[in-house]
Amino acid sequence: MTTLPLISLRSVSRTYRTDGVAVTAVRNVSFDIAPGEIVAVMGPSGSGKSTLMNMIGLLDLPSEGAVHLEGANVAELSEDRRSSLRARSIGFVFQSYNLLARHSAIENVALPLVYCGISRRERLARAEQSLQAVGMLHRAHHFPRQLSGGEQQRVAIARALIASPLIVLADEPTGALDSRTGAEILALFAALNRAGQTIVMITHDPGIATQCRRTIRLHDGELVSDETIAELLPRRSVAS
Amino acid sequence: MTMLQGFQIALHALRLNPLRSFLTMLGIVIGVASIVTVFAIGSGAQLRLQEQIRSIGANVLMITPGAVYQGGVRLKDGSKLTMTEGDVQAILEQIPEIQAAAGSLAGTAQVIHEGKNWNTTINGTTSGHFMVRDWQLASGRYFSGAEETGAGKVVILGSTVARELFAPGDDPIGAQIRIMKVPLEIVGVLDRKGPAQDDVAFVPLSTAKLRFLGSASNINRDSVAYIIAKVAADGQMAGARAEIESLLRQRHRIPAGQEDDFKVQDPAAAMEAQQGAIRTVALLLVAIASVSLLVGGISIMNVMIVSVTERTREIGIRRALGGRMRDIRLQFLCEALVLCLLGGAIGVAGGITLSMTVARMAGWITSIDGEAIGLALAFSIATGLIFGFYPAHKASKLSPIEALKTE
Repeated sequence: MTTLPLISLRSVSRTYRTDGVAVTAVRNVSFDIAPGEIVAVMGPSGSGKSTLMNMIGLLDLPSEGAVHLEGANVAELSEDRRSSLRARSIGFVFQSYNLLARHSAIENVALPLVYCGISRRERLARAEQSLQAVGMLHRAHHFPRQLSGGEQQRVAIARALIASPLIVLADEPTGALDSRTGAEILALFAALNRAGQTIVMITHDPGIATQCRRTIRLHDGELVSDETIAELLPRRSVAS
Repeated sequence: MTMLQGFQIALHALRLNPLRSFLTMLGIVIGVASIVTVFAIGSGAQLRLQEQIRSIGANVLMITPGAVYQGGVRLKDGSKLTMTEGDVQAILEQIPEIQAAAGSLAGTAQVIHEGKNWNTTINGTTSGHFMVRDWQLASGRYFSGAEETGAGKVVILGSTVARELFAPGDDPIGAQIRIMKVPLEIVGVLDRKGPAQDDVAFVPLSTAKLRFLGSASNINRDSVAYIIAKVAADGQMAGARAEIESLLRQRHRIPAGQEDDFKVQDPAAAMEAQQGAIRTVALLLVAIASVSLLVGGISIMNVMIVSVTERTREIGIRRALGGRMRDIRLQFLCEALVLCLLGGAIGVAGGITLSMTVARMAGWITSIDGEAIGLALAFSIATGLIFGFYPAHKASKLSPIEALKTE
């Protein structure tokens, strides 16, 4: 495949300095993500998964190396431009849903469009479509506390999808859910991917990783393997 | 994000905590209400004075009796009528700057017309009075020469008295009224000059003396209570005043070194000075009221800082979903502005209510002008911007990653 990568990481490192001590969370990581892929980023806690996701999601910049989104080096974009790209090109799904408690489901879903300068009428119309896509339209006017965990996560996914992002970034999307609900959410992601949506899912659960065609493994901030399912399946066991 | 969206988000956030929002804006409410009330009372007082100045007329000097000695005892001003009709004539004839002059005698009495009656000031004077005060007729005529010299039974009503005695459609001209049992024919009704001025009935000076005040002991045949005189031009006031003083000292045979038994006053100038004093006091009160706005602003800042801390996670979510730093700043600035504007609006309503209550209960004239309301609202917007900026700026500077980590 020679498609232009959507996301491209080149020798990316991220070092934090706390109380004078430098801690490297991500070290010399390089990989590309092509449009339409579904990728699991795996690793134990502290392996740098979240730092990696913050950089892919334009919330953080690498200390060294470069992150490119559709060919553009994100470090060269202004803070405002990165914010606008987050609104239009990236859909976040968090482990703890991160819905605004005092806003109804539909208002939560419409929130990213506020920052795209879209009128309220259109925001709500598109939020309805998005809720429909995740099967939550009947709960549009409920508040997060009135919804179950799985329902809240569906609303969060609807919110991530509303601006038709280039990529959906999901950080432990099933981490707070029971296994049946988790499986439903994973099935939803699989269906979205079949429809062409690029998805990056961060998880420490090997069961989830097996649902993705491609798995990137991190350990202590370093990339230890990057395999697609075609390679993964015959071998069964993976050395790490 | 647009300003309008900022206000929508702000209103939503403030509605979630109605009590807290209200308590936060209370300082602004009180500050704005006091500013509006002080302005209303202050400009009401000024209006009343302006009306009085206008009603006296431009370039008018007023001569009233001064203190007199009677057998070694010094009596207070005005206890003896020291001016006479002769003085009026002398002032008119001998001082070229004086255009018109009139002497008056005044008292209060009941005015009766058919079933209605009204207590008012009865002013005995000559037609010169209306010239001095530039007081036009609404209908009818002034006194004729014969009525003035011959104690004619005629009366000219101020508009308040006419309104109190006659139904709206009725024409008072030619009607008979009675004052102290004397029947008088109404020959004129005056234009409005102001509520305090219009409650009066004028009769010829000779009529007042002969028919109403003849038996009063301290009045001789020739006395008047006060004289008003009109000076031709503004620049001649001081000169005319000095000439009147010297003329009256001469006529009253006051030796050099002894106190005058009369006073020449320029009422308009005195009132203008009073007006300046009212303005100063009002400004001082506004300054005090502004302290409340300052306190209100600090309270808003305090609550906004707490709110930013409480909503750190929300800020993180909004940043992750594409909110720019300036969007976050705008959101919190809008909240502070909405608090101040709402507080300002409630304050304006409260101030109007308060000043109307004061007007009714204390009987003061109050005047609510757009300028005061505009100023109060401008103050509250400024308060919102100044005290809302720091918390909003603080919110916008939060790192989205750190903000998302907070519980």
